[in-house]
Amino acid sequence: MKKRTFLDPLFKTSPIPVLALGICSALAVTVKLEPALVMALAVTLVTGFSELILSLLRHTIPNRIRIIVQLMVVATLVILVDQVLKAYAWEISKQLSVFVGLIITNCIIMGRIEAFALKNKPLPSFIDGIANGLGYGMVLVVVAVVRELLGEGTLLGYSVVPEKWYVAAGGFYENNGFFILPPMALIVVGLMVWIYNAKNAKSVWNN
Amino acid sequence: MRRPRNIKFPEKILQKIKPVFIQGGRLSFLQSTFEAFESFLLVPGRVTKKGSHIRDCNDLKRVMIVVVVALIPSLLFGMYNTGWQHYTAMGTQAAQVDFFRVFWYGFLKVLPLLIVSYGVGLGIEFAIAQIRRQEVNEGYLVTGMLIPLIVPVTIPLWMLAVAVAFAVLIGKEIFGGTGMNIWNPALLARAFLFFSYPGYMTGDTIWVDGVSGATPLAQLAEATTPLAQVTNTLTQAAESTSWLGRMAESVGLTEVFSHITEVFASLSQAGTIPGLPSWTDMFLGFVPGSVGETSVLCILLGAAILLFTGVASWKVMLSCVAGASLMALAGNIPIHYHLVMGGFTFGCVFMATDPVTGPQTETGKWIFGFLIGLLTILIRLFNPGYPEGMMLAVLLMNTFAPLIDHAVVAANVRRRKKRIAAHG
Repeated sequence: MKKRTFLDPLFKTSPIPVLALGICSALAVTVKLEPALVMALAVTLVTGFSELILSLLRHTIPNRIRIIVQLMVVATLVILVDQVLKAYAWEISKQLSVFVGLIITNCIIMGRIEAFALKNKPLPSFIDGIANGLGYGMVLVVVAVVRELLGEGTLLGYSVVPEKWYVAAGGFYENNGFFILPPMALIVVGLMVWIYNAKNAKSVWNN
Repeated sequence: MRRPRNIKFPEKILQKIKPVFIQGGRLSFLQSTFEAFESFLLVPGRVTKKGSHIRDCNDLKRVMIVVVVALIPSLLFGMYNTGWQHYTAMGTQAAQVDFFRVFWYGFLKVLPLLIVSYGVGLGIEFAIAQIRRQEVNEGYLVTGMLIPLIVPVTIPLWMLAVAVAFAVLIGKEIFGGTGMNIWNPALLARAFLFFSYPGYMTGDTIWVDGVSGATPLAQLAEATTPLAQVTNTLTQAAESTSWLGRMAESVGLTEVFSHITEVFASLSQAGTIPGLPSWTDMFLGFVPGSVGETSVLCILLGAAILLFTGVASWKVMLSCVAGASLMALAGNIPIHYHLVMGGFTFGCVFMATDPVTGPQTETGKWIFGFLIGLLTILIRLFNPGYPEGMMLAVLLMNTFAPLIDHAVVAANVRRRKKRIAAHG
């Protein structure tokens, strides 16, 4: 059972392509791989620990004010992550700008807390949070790899496309500027939705 | 149905190899491909047994062929113009060079574009039909012809191939293939190139063997909007990383304002427009530009064919010109210049009238065409980033075409309901 708790969010119920949660940030932070990785890590940590904490508190929170309590916990964790990033990774923190703060409004977190953490024990909740964060991160990384590779010819800032391929150096190649623009992120995410849904066609929709 | 005698020979061969391709045959996975060629070379093998309901002899194939025929004048002139521009740029008077040498030069430049466009596009169409086990559709015949006509002749072939693949896969097949697409696939290919490789598409500097000339629209943009200069520097500096910094650097603000006043002062003088080719040259097409868009005369020939056969809607074309004329009042360039510059006529005749991506209602066609014309000139006049607005205007209105149809139908329903209520 625990294995499914961990594996399902990675593939079968992956947040972005299947549940359609957290799409806005997937478009915003995937121009380059590095910020996408950091964002994935941040979301994974916040989802994991907020689910853990709220699962521990689930019997004490009055039902009526549970959303407020959830927000408090998530906001605290997000501020922690934001401060750590500002202290140790200033450059990336600048690149991610508001999107770290906006993790609070990331639908994945609230969705998983409501749907999972309030009904399950702490450990499975923690695993569910981490797995959903990773499921989100996987999509982010794939989109970012495609966009950075085709849009700028680099990965993590290192040039991958050989220098002499470029027209400037007498070759034939040019980077595809379209991949840096948001519409292409939408198209790449759309293609991933297609792939996930095609793979899941039997297992998810027929259940 | 009896087949004409003279194609007995290919028929024999096809009948002979047919068992290999139909279900159960060795190459049955290529069935769609086989059927496509069979129906292309001969009439389709299957004939209806009971009464068939033919409303019109104009099937998809015939409509497509009419459009292709209508495009041929533009294509031929595009080839000639490519050669003409080449010899002019080389410093020779093109009139002195043998006509066929000029044409042959352009022919050799344009032919690879056609081959790549059809090769890649049809390849994908065949492959997809095969995967879906459907018949191969004729839809790409027109698109494949349109795409080489709306790109600069200097575009690298691999870029064209990528754009074609994008347009066919993302623009068309994902929505369900021919007849189901939301946007005009040929324009999508151009839009893809435009945003992916702006340096090759802006039309600021084009042409032949290192010698470059600006398209009339780029000259216009340069003359009226200083930001076009920024685009210029942008494209020339391929290595540029922070173009915002470059923009601030290359065009000081004071310089911008003095430039604007200068240009408007010169524009207000009556007569010809400074920095532009003569109207006749632009009408006949002896100016740099995308392959098929330069000659308004040839496009009008095509338009005549389309209108005579009833393939395209005259309402869209007319209202498109009307919208453009209205908007042109807001600028300093008279309308008869706008109509012959850039891709306006080509888009108006061949792109806006696409029956798949346009509205289906007759009133909708008026609205659709009018807004395309209006938006095109609006973008030309007031958006300094893009010298040409036709592509963007058509794509935007493609998006709204279903909405226009919906509004027209809803209005009609409302009117009739009122009438019923009035008559009790």
